[in-house]
This record gives sequence, structure tokens and C-alpha cells, in this order.
Amino acid sequence: MIEFLRRLFGQTGSSATAKERLRLVLMTDHLELAPEMIETMKRDLIEVISRHVEVDRERIDVTFERQDRTLAMLANVPILSVNRPNGNGARKQTRPPVRRRRRRKKAQLGGSVPARAGAT
Amino acid sequence: MQQLRNDLIRSEASELREEATGVILSEASERSEEAKSKDGRAIVITSGKGGVGKTTTTANLGTALAVRGARVVLVDADVGLRNLDILLGLESRVKHHLLDVLEERVQVEDALVPGKHTDGLFLLAAAQAREKDDVETLRMQALIASLRERFDYVLIDSPAGIELGFRNAVAGADEAVVVCTPEVAAVRDVDRVVGLLGNRFRPQLIINRLRPALVRKGKMLSVEDVNGILRLPLLGVIADEPEIIITTNRGEPLALRMQTPTGAAYHAIAARIAGDDVAAPMPAQAKASLFERLGAMLGGKRR
Amino acid sequence: MSARKIVVTSGKGGVGKTTTTANLGATLARRGKRVILIDADIGLRNLDLVLGLEKRIVFDLVEVAEGRCQLRQALIKDKRFDSLSILPAAQTREKDAISQDQFAAIVECAADQADYVLIDSPAGIETGFRNAVAGANEAIVVTTPEVSAIRDADRVVGKIGDAGKPIRLIVNRLRPEMVRSGDMLSVDDVCEVLSIELLGIVPDDEEVIDTTNRGEPIVLNDGGRLRAIYEKIARRLEGELVPFTNFDSPTFFGRLIGALKAG
Repeated sequence: MIEFLRRLFGQTGSSATAKERLRLVLMTDHLELAPEMIETMKRDLIEVISRHVEVDRERIDVTFERQDRTLAMLANVPILSVNRPNGNGARKQTRPPVRRRRRRKKAQLGGSVPARAGAT
Repeated sequence: MQQLRNDLIRSEASELREEATGVILSEASERSEEAKSKDGRAIVITSGKGGVGKTTTTANLGTALAVRGARVVLVDADVGLRNLDILLGLESRVKHHLLDVLEERVQVEDALVPGKHTDGLFLLAAAQAREKDDVETLRMQALIASLRERFDYVLIDSPAGIELGFRNAVAGADEAVVVCTPEVAAVRDVDRVVGLLGNRFRPQLIINRLRPALVRKGKMLSVEDVNGILRLPLLGVIADEPEIIITTNRGEPLALRMQTPTGAAYHAIAARIAGDDVAAPMPAQAKASLFERLGAMLGGKRR
Repeated sequence: MSARKIVVTSGKGGVGKTTTTANLGATLARRGKRVILIDADIGLRNLDLVLGLEKRIVFDLVEVAEGRCQLRQALIKDKRFDSLSILPAAQTREKDAISQDQFAAIVECAADQADYVLIDSPAGIETGFRNAVAGANEAIVVTTPEVSAIRDADRVVGKIGDAGKPIRLIVNRLRPEMVRSGDMLSVDDVCEVLSIELLGIVPDDEEVIDTTNRGEPIVLNDGGRLRAIYEKIARRLEGELVPFTNFDSPTFFGRLIGALKAG
């Protein structure tokens, strides 16, 4: 009877809390047990994002954080350049050093190149 | 029949106590009396047998001591199978663990997680993805010594077993609290551990998960049965309560609720550990009346 | 034909590995199988105690490994069952007294003389556990419906999974009334979290303590409900499709609560 009333008034039993906590703690345990998986995720992440913007691969940081009732992956990805939205200009590069590109461009355009957004 | 089995366990036990010469503890060095008086106390909570309530006891005793105003740090020495964090509801807050500290990747202050419900209580969690073999005994001793300088109590939750994990949990401790359930297998294992500990740790006993009704019917060992074999100073006896499962589900140690029988029992035990003159907590009706015992002898037991 | 070699393990201590090994072994023996139980918990042996055979130990696992006796000299026949024997662990040694290869060899030797070899693993995931798993080609993981036990079981499932051996689950000490009141995880919850095949559900029974005190496996108790439960587990182990006991309350009230929970 008491259980019935409890449920009627919205009080969840502790098993629901337990299941939730267990689910999250196992996720964290599995991540802690698989650093190679995290490395692979990082690599895949870089690859996918790099198709759209140029990123600073050396300074990418991936962490996992418990947020309220979920586990969240937080990726901090410094962006070096973003191509123009209309697709004009150079296609996204993934790798070549900045300087070499500028020299090539200078040669092509015969002038100076505007500074890149976000260039260090 | 029960007497015969008790006799067997007792005789095997004394054989083992004679055999064990405290060889495992020879690495631990004795501290000077002066050092001992200034520092906090380091107490290992152990049992040999798994599942008797070491971690639950560590969490609750730590909580009770902190509620009394002491500064307490709980150290989970069960590397690879950590659970002290989840009993305290701190599993989502653990950022660094014991091996991060022992291997000097972080300072111990950065690894300590403050208790969720109690001021003055801190947790040093075990590593989950590592092995007990990774813990170096000397480093563990040094860590406990350093924690003892900053805390009134360092409670170390020992893993099950009597191997390296247990030895590392014991390293650096001054005292031991031994947890036992009133079951033959547990008593046998605990006795083995007490033999290994020797006198240096002045082990004291907590009997956990007593079911007074079963004791009265002669279906469970009584407090006298258990301590008749173990012969240790008794800190207290705690009855088996479904509430324990519920509090573990929630990550809220029962010691937070002093009005419950189990909460009150842990507080009494904490008081006794602190040196207060408080009676050992005993579940209601744990002692059978003469009438009940007579009845059990005549009708209850099957042999 | 060699026996099935099954390790019974859990990670967490005290969830019922030894009780399960003893009772499942006894049940299989009663069904006419030749069963050898091996206690791999060197230093903290208890399989002998649970079966009431502690006074009949002459030799142990380590002595067999060290060649100081033959396996058949160390095996203790349980007189209550026609075909059940146990190999006790050593009590005054440590788990590293025996190597994985030595243990596996002993299990092989036992497997030549039996239909089932059940290995009672120690708690933990260290040497003792690794030895126990090394000797087996299947695993039964035992857990209770409690958070720490399930977490440890998960760790163990991961470790055994790495070795590529089939794993099945027994949920032990279920308290249906606590599940109904929302204070204990259900079997479904446990299976969902662990994602391994369910082999059996064993309810909590206070008689187990008494029978262990007396050294009598609970399946000896003819009218007992645990006997029927272990029978079902044995049948599933043999490959039969046996429906799981439904521990939910069939009362109107119980169904109402169930409906509220589901809705």
C-alpha cells in the first residue's frame, strides 16, 4: 500500500537511481579501460572535421565529462582556417605548412595574400 | 554438530596462527611514539572474505567520524574493482586515482574528492583500469604516512583476499578493523587474516549482517559463536537490513541517518573508535532467551 | 570425450560463487553426470566447507601441481552423490603457488575423468582469477542485483571476453519483493547492463546460511524451491530451453503496480 502511494506521489524507488548511476559508471569504466579507443575516436574526429575546416592537430583535446544525467564527450578543436562559404578560393587543405602555400599563391596572383583568419 | 564444526574451525585456526609469523609485515617500519601521537590514525578495514561489508563499513564509519567533526580520508585500495566511490555517490566526481598519486602524476590534494553529503570527508579512489600489482608497497606506506599528517583518520578499504592487494592496504596502517559475517566460510577466512595481521595492528571486530531471528532459531551463528572463535575486542554488531541495499543504490551511506538502527550502530562504533565510553551496539533481540535456546535445541535443529 | 570445463566467477566477493558451484555440481551429479569441482581459491578455501567435506581433505590442489600426489588421491568423493568429487584448494599457500599452465593441466586431467569440471574462482581479477579462467573454456558469471556486484561483474565479463570464451549469467540472491517495491534492480535491469546471456535466476533464501553451516548443499533439501531452480539451470546448461521462473507477484495489486511502473 505504502509503495503504491509513494509511486502515486511521484517518488521513484532507489532502483531507478541505481540503474542510472550504474549505466553511467560503466560507461566511464569502459572509457578508462580503453585508451586506444579514445585515441581512435580522436583520430577519426580530426579526419572528419578536417574535411571541412583546417585544424591544429597538435592541440586537440578530448575529455569526458559527467553532465547531469549523461556522459558527454568534450572536444576542444582549435581551427586554423575556414574556407569561404561559397566554395570559392582554395579547397580545404589538410596538411601543408602555411608559408609554402602563401609563396605559391603570391606567385600565382603576383601580389600579397591577405592574412588568414585564426593564423598564429 | 555445530559444536564439532566450530571445533574444527578453531583448531585449524590456531594451527594457522602459529604458522603465520607476521612475515608479510616485516617490510613495514615501526614509527616512533612521538610521530604516532601527532599524526592521525591509519586504520585498515579488512576481512579476507569478500562481500562481508568492508567497503560499506569504510563508507559508513568514515561518514560517522566526519559527522563527529573529524577530518577523514577514505582510501580505496581495491585497484581494478573500485567501489568506495559508488557507495559514497562520488563516482562521477573522480578525476584522479590512487595510482596517479603513487606514480606522481598528480598531487594527492588534486586527487581527493570531497564527500557529497559530509564536510571533512574525502575520498582517494582506486584506479579502475590498472592492477593491484602496480601498487608499490613502499610508496603506499609513504602515501598513508603523508595523509596521516593532514587527517585525523585515514581509513583504508582493503580488497578481498590475502595477496598483494591486501598487503598493500595494510602497509602504512597502524590499526585494523576486521569485518565478519556470522557464516562459517567468513569466520574461517577472517581468522586466517587475523593470524596474518598478528598483534601489531590490534585488530578489532565488527560483526555484520546478523539476523537475530535466524540466530534464535539456531540457523545462524550467534555473536558468541563467532567471537568464541575469533576472540577479538568487539567494536559492535550490525543487523542485516534491506536499507543497506537501498542506500547503496542511492550512494548515500546509512550513517547519514543516525536515527536508523544501522546508522546509530555506525555512530556508536565511531564513538568507540574515537575512545568514547560507549557500549558496543547490538541489534535488538540478538541474544536469545534461555527459553528460545531450549526450544531451538529441542525442536529447531535437525541433528 | 573430454568434459566441459566451466569457471564460476564474479569479480565481487561474497555473491555466491562457491554456493553456486557446489549446488550446480550436485544437481548435475544427481542427473547422472560425472562432476569434478575444483576449488581455485588457494589460501581461502571454502568449497570443502560448503559441502561438509573439510574433514576428509588429505591432499590439495597445490600438492597435485607439485607432483606430490596424483589427482585421484586428492579427489574427495562426495558420498551423497554417485558421481561428485572435489579437489580442494591449499589453505596455507598463496595463489601464485601454482602457474596457469599447471592449473590448466590439472583441469585437463580432471576433464578426462568427468563430464563436467566446475572451477570455483576466487574473488578479484588477479592471479587466482586468471588461473581459474585459464583452465576453463566456458564461464558462468555470478552477480547479485546490487550496484557494486554488477560493476565488478562487468569488469570480469570484459576480461573473459578478451579471452574469447562464452559467458553466461546467474543472478543470485534476488529479492522479488524489493524489486516490486522499486528498491532493487530487476533481472531485466541486470541483463540490460551486462548484455550477456542469462543462465539462471536464484532468489535469496535464508536457508542457504543454515545449510552451509551444516555442510549440506541446499539442493539436498527435497521440497526446497532452490532445488528446482538449480535443476532448471542444469537443464539449460545441457542445452534445453527452459523458461525462467517469473518472480513477479500475480496479485491484482502487483499487476496494478506493474502497470503504473510501465506507464
